[in-house]
Amino acid sequence: MNTTNNNQSQTLTSPLLERLGEALLTIKNLHANINGKEILKGLDLTVRPGEIHAIMGPNGAGKSTLASVLTGNPAFEVTHGSVTFQGKDLLELAPEQRANEGIFLSFQYPVEIPGVSMVNFMRTAINEQRKYRGLDQISATDFLRLMREKKELVEMDNKLANRSVNEGFSGGEKKRNEIFQMAMLDPSLSILDETDSGLDIDALRIVANGVNKLKRPNNASIVITHYQRLLDYIIPDFVHVLYDGKIVKSGTKDLAFELEERGYDWIKQEVEEAP
Amino acid sequence: METIKNVSVSEASFSGRLEGFEQQYIDLYKQYHEQIKQHSAPVMNVSRNASFGLFEQLGFPTSKLENYKYTDLKESLSGEYGLNLNRLKIPVNPYEVFKCDVPGIHSYLYFVVNDGFYPVNDARNETLPEGVIIGSLSKMAEVHPELIENYYGKLSCTKKDGLVAFNGAFAQDGFFMYVPQNVQLDRPVQLINIMRSDVDFMANSHNLIILGKGAKAQLLVCDHTVDDVRFLSNRVTEVFVGENATYEHYKLENTHTRTTNLSTLLIDQQASSNVLGNIITLHNGVTRNTIEIDIDGENCETLLCGMVIADKKQQVDNFTSIIHNQPNSNSRELFKYVLDDLSKGGFTGKLYVARDAQKTSAFQTNRNILLNKSAKMRTKPQLEIYADDVKCSHGATIGQLDETAKFYMQSRGIPEKEARLLLMYAFTGDVIENIRIDALQDRMKLLVEKRLRGELSKCEGCVICQ
Repeated sequence: MNTTNNNQSQTLTSPLLERLGEALLTIKNLHANINGKEILKGLDLTVRPGEIHAIMGPNGAGKSTLASVLTGNPAFEVTHGSVTFQGKDLLELAPEQRANEGIFLSFQYPVEIPGVSMVNFMRTAINEQRKYRGLDQISATDFLRLMREKKELVEMDNKLANRSVNEGFSGGEKKRNEIFQMAMLDPSLSILDETDSGLDIDALRIVANGVNKLKRPNNASIVITHYQRLLDYIIPDFVHVLYDGKIVKSGTKDLAFELEERGYDWIKQEVEEAP
Repeated sequence: METIKNVSVSEASFSGRLEGFEQQYIDLYKQYHEQIKQHSAPVMNVSRNASFGLFEQLGFPTSKLENYKYTDLKESLSGEYGLNLNRLKIPVNPYEVFKCDVPGIHSYLYFVVNDGFYPVNDARNETLPEGVIIGSLSKMAEVHPELIENYYGKLSCTKKDGLVAFNGAFAQDGFFMYVPQNVQLDRPVQLINIMRSDVDFMANSHNLIILGKGAKAQLLVCDHTVDDVRFLSNRVTEVFVGENATYEHYKLENTHTRTTNLSTLLIDQQASSNVLGNIITLHNGVTRNTIEIDIDGENCETLLCGMVIADKKQQVDNFTSIIHNQPNSNSRELFKYVLDDLSKGGFTGKLYVARDAQKTSAFQTNRNILLNKSAKMRTKPQLEIYADDVKCSHGATIGQLDETAKFYMQSRGIPEKEARLLLMYAFTGDVIENIRIDALQDRMKLLVEKRLRGELSKCEGCVICQ
């Protein structure tokens, strides 16, 4: 069963592989547990610069676990497999090192941090990133300019930037704030974990717009979503179906339409019927 | 350097013939009370014998007493501490030793060295507004007896508290401040308590602060220790805040781990007065702060804040009591503790609303973070409400740093250590916000950050420490 699926995804991606060269992220046979329960059961995925990958799948398939494992959430334990990011063994790195290497997670549920102002939070993050990369601290004027630019990108209210991190933000404001932080930190791989959940159409468009404006040939995104709706705004190069801890089907954006129309049952059936 | 060894208790009064820690001071008083009185002021001597009698009856408090159950003084109240009953000059010039490390505070600066007010020696203090009196309590009690006798001991003498009674028996001097009607001090007043001795030493000082109607003053009290011996300070401060007056009391403790700091702050508020207390313990040994605020007039505002950062084996107990005797007043209380290692914290929030104190609104919050499993926190809200038309609430939490918030910060590239620091700093932020002296607030932000980073292990302001 495993081999069938792997072959399937390889036939789809191999022409692109040749065209786009070296991988940004390579996940091989990844297994991960939470509280002793195995959630990821041999996941493979390759992401190259310039690509947008959508990961869809039914509830409980392991989509958010994948995001957590990639960013180093200590609640999850990797039991098997490897993750290589820009040539480095990602699993060896602490969460902050992964971030400073260029991985960014837009949280499904952004965390409120009372008493820590957005300005202080962002300045600390930016300076830690610069320190990691051997650069001097950012000057006050450059920082303010950067903040202003990126706030405009996601049409974020000035007042929000002066408040404590996510404290008292509405659901939409929190998600917008995630994209704002993403713009500030300029990652080479961004993972958007259900960024569309809880967003109305206008907010969705603003958030998607922000993501699209940040797209460049040398960075990539993994978009985790339940619904095809977000993919109207953020056009993926690949769509993967994650089911029971593995990627069981990969395709182009047409696959998302098919899923929207037919649900996941046919995929579950395919998986179960496979020899 | 001349030492003050010759006034230690052992040599002055007894040679190991008594076992109890208490008894040595009882005997000392009996033998030397004439000398104690001789080196103090008549106003302070009026109630001295009565205080001693009360102490004989009560003794030093133990953790068996309800009000002291979070204060463990067993170790502190052992061995011997010297006393300076004959008021020998302490060989130290605080104006040279102490360099205030709050830049830009421009305070009127005064010192109490151990238990005696140090003669004023600063030109800046000559510009005090007319009518304001600041100086040695015992000296001023001789110059202005009519002023002081109406106030001295009025809040403390009736307290059934062994430490307060002991202070009443042994205190010979302290800090005195009088701000007459409608006079507003333009700059903060700073009182530095410095402990200086070559032998284990005890200090009892009594401070008296009087604000007339409509007066305004800010007092910053800093506790520092200079020598590496055991210190025990037992200080009582009485504050009378007149009608429409505004008083801010900041207490900043930065002492070494061999210090026992016992302090009682008693405040009386008249109608429409406004009081802010902010009690900050940055570094200490064993600390007990008793703070009692009596609201004796209508339309008063009271805000009592405090913060503790403790590690190693440090102990801090803040026992607070806000008493609403009159209607239509608001009080708010906010205390935060960050405890690490084997440190112990205690908080009691007593709130009393008398039957006639209708329309009282009183809110109390105590939040605590334990950074590891061995640190201990005990907290007790104690509300007694006898009026039926009031708004009162209390809340106490003991918890750990928020792991999800920490991970969120790490996922933005902020190292774990820095993330923890930011969270702890943020936790104490609202207490620091309630410092209304800008220069002090800025300085506190820095000191708290340094303390949380573990870079502040003793009082920075003292030349001797560096």
